[in-house]
Amino acid sequence: MKKEWPLWEVFVRSKNGLEHRHFGSLHAADADMALENARDVYTRRKEGVSIWVVESKNITASNPKNNGELFEPAQDKVYRHPTFYVLPDEVKHM
Amino acid sequence: MSEAEIKNLEEAFEARIERDEKIEPKDWMPEKYRQTHIRQMSQHAHSEIIGMLPEGNWISRAPSLRRKVALLAKVQDEGGHGLYLYSATETLGITRDELFEQLHSGKAKYSSIFNYPTLTWADIGAIGWLVDGAAIINQVPLCNTSFGPYARAMVRVCKEESFHQRQGYEIMVKLAKGAPEQKEMAQDALNRWWWPSLMMLGPTDNQSVHTAQSMKWKLKRKTNDELRQQFIDQTVPQAELIGLKVPDENLKWNDAKKGYDFGDIDWDEFWQVVKGHGPCNKERMTARVSAWENGQWVRDAAMAHAEKQAASLQKEVS
Repeated sequence: MKKEWPLWEVFVRSKNGLEHRHFGSLHAADADMALENARDVYTRRKEGVSIWVVESKNITASNPKNNGELFEPAQDKVYRHPTFYVLPDEVKHM
Repeated sequence: MSEAEIKNLEEAFEARIERDEKIEPKDWMPEKYRQTHIRQMSQHAHSEIIGMLPEGNWISRAPSLRRKVALLAKVQDEGGHGLYLYSATETLGITRDELFEQLHSGKAKYSSIFNYPTLTWADIGAIGWLVDGAAIINQVPLCNTSFGPYARAMVRVCKEESFHQRQGYEIMVKLAKGAPEQKEMAQDALNRWWWPSLMMLGPTDNQSVHTAQSMKWKLKRKTNDELRQQFIDQTVPQAELIGLKVPDENLKWNDAKKGYDFGDIDWDEFWQVVKGHGPCNKERMTARVSAWENGQWVRDAAMAHAEKQAASLQKEVS
């Protein structure tokens, strides 16, 4: 038969209060096995309290070729940052 | 793409690395960068999983439960390191099956050190102390390498590796302080693993074909000879501390260079082992290939089960 197990991406929450973060990927036949493998591969030393796995093919990623049109417009919108606004010196904190 | 366009892209690419920017899998990269990384990273991954074999040899015969749980955990870590590295390599557009195929056919190499046998329990100590010690020296600079997935995998690997070296050295300390027979066993292991450990850091700089390119891509931050010198300088005092003698008549502190001078390495032996004529090359490959082939039905069964489950779920929904 010879079929490679699908690839899964692994996200781990290292402790409550923090978000899940991408840790890496692994191969598994199904979601349950992906969770079990993720536990063995990525959390051998108390690295996490919660694991998400998602089959890699289900992730839609932006293409770095389009980085210009996607991300450059943000560069000339300095008015989105607090330091753009001039306040009297007397106002210490705002 | 025209040649001029490729040249532009290449220059922009090299400039990014120069600025210490990381390269991520979907970024444009020169074909040679991709191939070099597939070669080095897969070789690294293969070394991790083949490295499980000589140590696995002693799990069932560890002298105490404490030693046994430590060795089991270490060997499991090596398997984990292999998995981090295989996944990172796959981001370059090669499949796991292709990587294994390259290992099993002999097209891809793994570290020559794992072609030496583990004859006594002291060898487990020597491997942790020397082989993992040399590996750490090699790997720490790679945490800053230019390819993002490789650098991230190496950060994880390095965090875990220091326990490996400490458990090995602790075994050596215990044996060196033990009965005369035990001390002799430790010395014998050091005698057999010292030179292969020095070879493990790679051919001398004037023989190493990839150094210049690898330096530029930050796949290497120090040359093989620099790494070797660092390894010797840090390891010799550790041997002296526990009363073991490094098996090199020409080993001598050189005050001018603030490092040890050492004897000639037998590079013929190194190349023999690389070419497949080491003491255990055949044994290692046989073990690896048979594990892969005998596991085929398990992988197939798991896949068939997963497909069946998915199909029945589909039916319930529709």
